[in-house]
Amino acid sequence: MATITMKPFKTPELFLECSNISPDVFAGKSPSEISKLEVREGKIRNELGDFFEVTGTSGTTAEDTDIVIEGDCSRVKYIGMKMTAGSITLNGNADMYVGGWMKGGSIHVKGNVDSFCGIAMEGGEIQVDGDAQNYVGCAYRGDWRGMRGGTIHIHGSAGNDIGTFMLGGTIIIEKNAFIHVSTHAEGGTVIIKGDVQGRVGGQMVKGDIYVLGDVTYMLPGFKEIGQVDKTIAGQDITFRHFIGDLGERHPKKKGQEIYGNLFLRASSPSGIPQ
Amino acid sequence: MPKLITQVGCPYCGAACDDLEILVSDDGKKILETRNACVIGSEIFHHATSSNRLTRPRLRQPDGSFKETTYEEAIDYTAKALLHAKKPLIYGFGSTNCEGMSAVGRVSEKAGAVLDNCASICHGPSFLAIFDNGYPSCTLGEIKNRADVVVFWGCNPMHAHPRHTSRYSIFPRGFFTNRGQKHRTVICVDPRETDTAKLADHHLMVKQGHDYDLFDAFRTVLRGHDIPKEVAGIEKARILEAAEKMKNARFVMIFFGMGCTHTDGRNHNVDIAISLTRDLNDQTKASIMAMRGHYNIAGPGQVWSWQFGFPYCIDLSKGTHAHMNPGETSSVDLAMRDEVDCFVNVGTDAGAHFPIEAVKHLKNHPFITVDPNINMASEISDLHIPVRIVGVEEPGVVYRMDNVPIQFKKVIDGPEGVPSDEELFDRVYLRMCELTQTEPIWIHEKTHVPTTTSQVD
Amino acid sequence: MAELVIKNGFVIDPSRNINGDVADIAIRDDKIVEKGGKDAKVIDARGKVVMPGGVDIHAHVAGPKVNAGRLMRPEDKLFKSPNAQEHYRMEMGFSIPSTFKTGYDYARMGYAFVMEAAMPPLHGPHVHEEIHDTPIIDEGALPVFGNNWFVMEYLKNEEIENTAAYVAWLLSATKGFGLKLVNPGGTAAWAWGLNCLSINDPVPFYDITPAEIITGLMKTNEYLGLPHSIHLHHNSLGIPGNYAVTLDSLQLAGGITAKNKFNREQVMHSTHIQFHSYGGDSWANFESKAKEVMDYVNSRKNLTVDLGCVTLDETTTMTADGPFEHHLNSLNHLKWANTDVELETAAGVVPYIYDKDVKVSGIQWAIGLELGLYAKDPSRTFITTDHPNAGPFIRYPRVIKWLMSQKAREATFDTLKHSSKVIDATDLHGIDKERTLYEIAQMTRTGPAKALGLSHMYGGLGEGLDANVAVFDLDVNNMPGDPEEIEKAFLRASLFVKSGQIVVKDGDITHHGNKRTVWVNAKVKDNPQVTRDIHDKFLKNYTVSIGNYAVRDNLAPNPYVIEVDVEA
Repeated sequence: MATITMKPFKTPELFLECSNISPDVFAGKSPSEISKLEVREGKIRNELGDFFEVTGTSGTTAEDTDIVIEGDCSRVKYIGMKMTAGSITLNGNADMYVGGWMKGGSIHVKGNVDSFCGIAMEGGEIQVDGDAQNYVGCAYRGDWRGMRGGTIHIHGSAGNDIGTFMLGGTIIIEKNAFIHVSTHAEGGTVIIKGDVQGRVGGQMVKGDIYVLGDVTYMLPGFKEIGQVDKTIAGQDITFRHFIGDLGERHPKKKGQEIYGNLFLRASSPSGIPQ
Repeated sequence: MPKLITQVGCPYCGAACDDLEILVSDDGKKILETRNACVIGSEIFHHATSSNRLTRPRLRQPDGSFKETTYEEAIDYTAKALLHAKKPLIYGFGSTNCEGMSAVGRVSEKAGAVLDNCASICHGPSFLAIFDNGYPSCTLGEIKNRADVVVFWGCNPMHAHPRHTSRYSIFPRGFFTNRGQKHRTVICVDPRETDTAKLADHHLMVKQGHDYDLFDAFRTVLRGHDIPKEVAGIEKARILEAAEKMKNARFVMIFFGMGCTHTDGRNHNVDIAISLTRDLNDQTKASIMAMRGHYNIAGPGQVWSWQFGFPYCIDLSKGTHAHMNPGETSSVDLAMRDEVDCFVNVGTDAGAHFPIEAVKHLKNHPFITVDPNINMASEISDLHIPVRIVGVEEPGVVYRMDNVPIQFKKVIDGPEGVPSDEELFDRVYLRMCELTQTEPIWIHEKTHVPTTTSQVD
Repeated sequence: MAELVIKNGFVIDPSRNINGDVADIAIRDDKIVEKGGKDAKVIDARGKVVMPGGVDIHAHVAGPKVNAGRLMRPEDKLFKSPNAQEHYRMEMGFSIPSTFKTGYDYARMGYAFVMEAAMPPLHGPHVHEEIHDTPIIDEGALPVFGNNWFVMEYLKNEEIENTAAYVAWLLSATKGFGLKLVNPGGTAAWAWGLNCLSINDPVPFYDITPAEIITGLMKTNEYLGLPHSIHLHHNSLGIPGNYAVTLDSLQLAGGITAKNKFNREQVMHSTHIQFHSYGGDSWANFESKAKEVMDYVNSRKNLTVDLGCVTLDETTTMTADGPFEHHLNSLNHLKWANTDVELETAAGVVPYIYDKDVKVSGIQWAIGLELGLYAKDPSRTFITTDHPNAGPFIRYPRVIKWLMSQKAREATFDTLKHSSKVIDATDLHGIDKERTLYEIAQMTRTGPAKALGLSHMYGGLGEGLDANVAVFDLDVNNMPGDPEEIEKAFLRASLFVKSGQIVVKDGDITHHGNKRTVWVNAKVKDNPQVTRDIHDKFLKNYTVSIGNYAVRDNLAPNPYVIEVDVEA
């Protein structure tokens, strides 16, 4: 494995668009070649080297290229965009689109991320030690093909619109989420270990949602059908099992309608009557 | 002899009534009387010839005061500000015609700007819903001629669109609705008892912020499932009753407004309303429509969709392609995040409509207003450029709330020397070309006067 | 006076029966002339094919439903902007390109004229605004008539003269080109959520059948003597077994003869015939009936068709066939836009993926090509994809490749997941016919120009025609062994001269051209009853004032008006 280290030394006036920060792009390039890669600040074309000091060596392929960013990227978008292999470790915060359209490899952000983390992700792994803003693992506007694979693990809290149009893969939120989880989903798994305010599984066709904390407002289109025991993140937990969204269309398999599943921890201090 | 001009379009609300009659003085300069217009529409016409109209641009001076300047200087200032900025934001278009919006498209492309319109803070969530779920809609005549159940959800046309109910939605006698109001069941969903709610046969006083839940309840009921005994503050029996009305209608029309787009849920409220409309079409005929605010605020959504493929929040800074993702490329988000470094406010009042924090960020950079009137934005601008008033002094195409194009007329001449939005922006574009020593791209033959020829320094 | 001579190319001009002769084409200003002067600019086209500019008889390129598609499909733009050229307007979108991209891409393929296939009259100003913003290509637009209240009311009583007066008024009001019928009667039924699936289903409330609407409008068209015939999208589009409805509908043209001064011979143009040539009674036993349909078309000289070939892409369907889009949406569950237009028509839009892994898509693909190969008269059979319904227009070169090369067809068969099932349900696999360049020129140039009544302007390289000349990098004596080279050559013309102006060189746009809007002004004698009816409906049923309805001249600033004097 070979490592490229990037040290930000200048904060852009606006925001930097750095879709080139990816093992796929860096592989086979020297630090000086990497420094010359284009980044955009609005309509201004800059080079990566104008904002980052680049050292180390890259691997011959994405797979054997690790990127370590030592410093804050709060004003840097598109880190790890479309990457297929290798790794990115960011010791700081990142702006929007971390791991957008990602297909493989891994990203570890040790701080917070802004919105659209893992948008339309197909594979690989994203770890965020801090919080995420909105649209974790969502679809691009208008696309019915949202997150299809891979894992997004947010160790803090997340905002609204998690897993919109999700088709596959897993999203884990360790703390709380705000509203709108798995809207329009047709697959995939979302696990929220904290509380969610509401609109969980709205217009959901298929897929699984686990909430270990509380759901303040349950949608009327979800119906409780019993209790199940499941092992989630190594814990054996008893869940109340809801199906829905009963207002939405559902496909049939062997004459049986397939619904979305919402598993709400039975011991949650939920206001939803048993 | 004063002249009566008929079939005049009204540059006020999204109903875009085009049956106004305007009595104009002998010399064609003064509006004497308006007929058929609502009070607000009428006021717009009378305001045009009021004495406090600005007729020259005003430029902020070092001491903070405004000083009158020439259009040449204002155009030069705007062109340079747009070229100099890394990422300018051009926003507004609540009151311009499509010709102006088209001209701005060219300017924005040249400037690498973000191009956005008032939908961003109004019916933008409706666009997000349309992206995700489509838009089964119709023209307003379909409602007039056919609709027998009309739902007003989070909108209050009696105030916001004063002639909507009489021209299109409740009272008119249409081909298959020849008993007018008697032919229609009106359902109003609103947390408040608005004047529209007072007209309704059924008023569902939804708990503020729980529209999504109520839509979900309707959908669940229509698919034959049970719902809790109360949803969003409404008893189950009342939900069932309203659902039954919709199901048994021949033509259900759902109008929604800012009560859907700007309460909790936003685009999702509209999205699920569209889903409800789709469901109803499996049982009867149903249609849905956004109660667009301004007379031509549907216009930029049309013009920019055919030019760039997106209705709003269009980031043209990349040069090779346009990028749109509201939440990132939306005006208020850009301003709040300090992501733009020049602001042009066109035909609206961002000063009054944006959050104060957003305005403060924008004020750190050049701030220009293009608008016939003095408003909050103009008064904090570095430059205010007045233009002719569309629909009064300038004709053009506007798109009504149902996306029907209406060809507006002018009824009087604009003040001497004051350009239209289109002329102004074409001149800004030509000046930008001069400054960058580039050829203008496919600008249709026009008579706009080119500005001076000095080069950019 | 600008003169240009394109020298030494292999000229293919079916309008004059020229097939690959080496010859020069001379141009003065915007017209083709017999001979260039000595100062003429010379362009060497040695070793290349020279054809008239292309004519697209049917595409959805401008107007409200096209734009609804653009608006509701941001994902159609994402990472799909391959052709951005510096110093030209931005080009956005794949299946529903922006107006700029539309003009540029047609020009790159050497097309001179494109017919917008369905203009809702009430939205006429919108259609013309978009046409105005589409560079280079000449365009016309067909207003839709088949579900119009006036038309149904007059034709219920077989009032051809009144229908004609109304049609003439509407053509002029909308600056339209001819008579489009989309699912006649069925779209009117859709206003109540219903449909007419055969030509004899009565239209709810109107006491008229689709057959009566089609026949009535055919008679009206010939009464007026318009350049184009009626342009018909049959009932029951896209439904297994619909070929029977198609044959019923085509038979309505029997006994009606073309009457016009534009050299047009057909009385019915049957559009995107692929969607109407389906056998079986469900998607499970869905099969091709291309042969049955084309056998009939081959036997009737007063019919023309365009193919509507499926290109196996992700695309956007859009049609004034509102009930069909609703039906399609119930199959694929993607987003659905619909607009019912008061008194006139409707439209729907649904994204659709013609997936190589899906049997039905493969069969649809095969049917389009079978029709193109079974046609005995290529000058009555035109290449289209019903853009963007069966595929985007930038796939025309791919359709040409498939029609010209069995090898290319077999290569595509190999990519189909269910190729053996597709082979069972269609004939294409066994067809070894390969279209020639001459036949391709008939199917994309001479034929459609004649069917539109525009052979005096387009579709040929004879003296006096508009100087639209496309040069393709193909050697008639040494055609490429790799069929991909055919697609490449037709996708990006080596040179394209539009109205005498060089607009494309080596596949790149070099100029914004001199686009025109072509429309038809039919003059009929005053008809007070129709005038009264029009005013009455505007007062009572429309929500737009009559004075603001007609498209104003400034919205079509480069008009080319074809005047038709009706002798009656």
